Amino acid sequence: MRKFRTYHDVDKSTGSQLLEQVLDQRSRLAERLAGIGQVVAVASGKGGVGKSAVTANLAVTLSAMGRRVGVVDADLNGPSLARMLGVPRGVLVDRADGVVPPKGAAGVPVISMELLQEAEDAPLRWQDPGGDTFIWQSTMETNALREFLADVAWGELDYLLVDIPPGTDKIGRFLELVPALPVALLVTTPSELSRAVVARSLRMVREAGIPSVALVANMSGYRCPGCGERHPIFPGDGARRLSEEGSVPIWGEIPFDPRISEDTDRGRPRVLEDPEGEVAQGFRQVALHLEEAAGEGKVSGAGKVSGAGQVSGPGKASPHEGSQP
Amino acid sequence: MKFLCISCDEVMAFAERQIPGDGTMAAVFQCPGCDREMAMLTNPMETQLVSSLGVKVGGREVPAQPMEGVRGGLAGGRDSAFSEEEDVGGADTVPGGVASSSSQGWEGDAEPEPEWGENPRYTGPVHWSPEAVDRLQRVPRFVRGMVKRIYTDYAREKGIPTLTPEIMDVARAELGLEGM
Repeated sequence: MRKFRTYHDVDKSTGSQLLEQVLDQRSRLAERLAGIGQVVAVASGKGGVGKSAVTANLAVTLSAMGRRVGVVDADLNGPSLARMLGVPRGVLVDRADGVVPPKGAAGVPVISMELLQEAEDAPLRWQDPGGDTFIWQSTMETNALREFLADVAWGELDYLLVDIPPGTDKIGRFLELVPALPVALLVTTPSELSRAVVARSLRMVREAGIPSVALVANMSGYRCPGCGERHPIFPGDGARRLSEEGSVPIWGEIPFDPRISEDTDRGRPRVLEDPEGEVAQGFRQVALHLEEAAGEGKVSGAGKVSGAGQVSGPGKASPHEGSQP
Repeated sequence: MKFLCISCDEVMAFAERQIPGDGTMAAVFQCPGCDREMAMLTNPMETQLVSSLGVKVGGREVPAQPMEGVRGGLAGGRDSAFSEEEDVGGADTVPGGVASSSSQGWEGDAEPEPEWGENPRYTGPVHWSPEAVDRLQRVPRFVRGMVKRIYTDYAREKGIPTLTPEIMDVARAELGLEGM
């Protein structure tokens, strides 16, 4: 049998420049993110827990606190954040140095597949020259997300919130793009099912070495408009259990309020409509914890993680105390 | 991926890329030892797989454009998604020139126009002939600004001061801009 050199025996390049282009992509992404204080992944793994509503309301809360915030809707197949921030048909400015995104509620710039598709009810489809879409579709979507991060002229931001779609694999895919992600917010509900699914996501982000991981407990009770009492929606307390078992703090408990959905449906996040209400207070606590983590140097910008410790222990951390009934 | 000329024990070097427009691609590699050439032929799925990575076999003729993967690959892109700031008529990509109606083309400055390739490091204004403007106007607005920059960058790279439909054809073939 003939013996000839293998791939690793050959160090000479073919000149096809594929590797060089991939490295150039990474370089452009790093350069873009260098202007951003913190990239914050808002994820869950579980669908239907309100990640996008949390992202929209948190972005507006941070903006109201004077922070410069941008939003990336990484849910390419079910985009909603342009609508939630009031710019479902917003226009992007085409510039050679990057695409300038439209600004939504509270002046928050947002990039979303929703802005790019003609038909509002169109599923995400790529031009298909030869079939076998399933082979390259996920690569195409990852590349699209990279472009959302690297090819948008974000300018200088304090926070870039990235709304990650359901699925633990989606979190992993995002971490491939931004390996030194400093903050991950995992959105959960008090339900046991949500706890079980989000626990997988927690494990993934922990294994990825993300220094700052916290929970947002969405749909934490419902205040009856008749008696004024707050009642649980789900049996059990999966969010607190996850916090205890996973040694991860809860940065905020957001009560269920049907007006959250009504308001975001019309592009006015609840925290704008009722800035002193319970919902706004919950998001303010999340924002304060985020600020605190940044201020303590646990996070120092995308790709420039300065600390390796976990955030404070399980349960409510200090800025949260007393904010919820 | 590398190709090894077994006779010479040399890595074959990329020489040429051809994109015929049917979704396939041909990449030619040549042995630096014996000059033997071979063509790697990819079917549409394989071509798309490479394209979905946002890279081009053999490298780029012009710089990557912002969101070119999404804009070039998305089916059903919204025509009004991008502003006309740098759309047809945008004077900022016609330095020193005046954006006029498509029937008059886009004027550069009054300097004599060199022939093709006469000035390979050409950095002056790129003039668009009326016919070239008309053709560009037919490109969907979703990608028009990006396409305009690609042609302009190509012209500068090649030292071409005036873009015409014929040059656009050459550029399209070289750059693999089918449908643009």
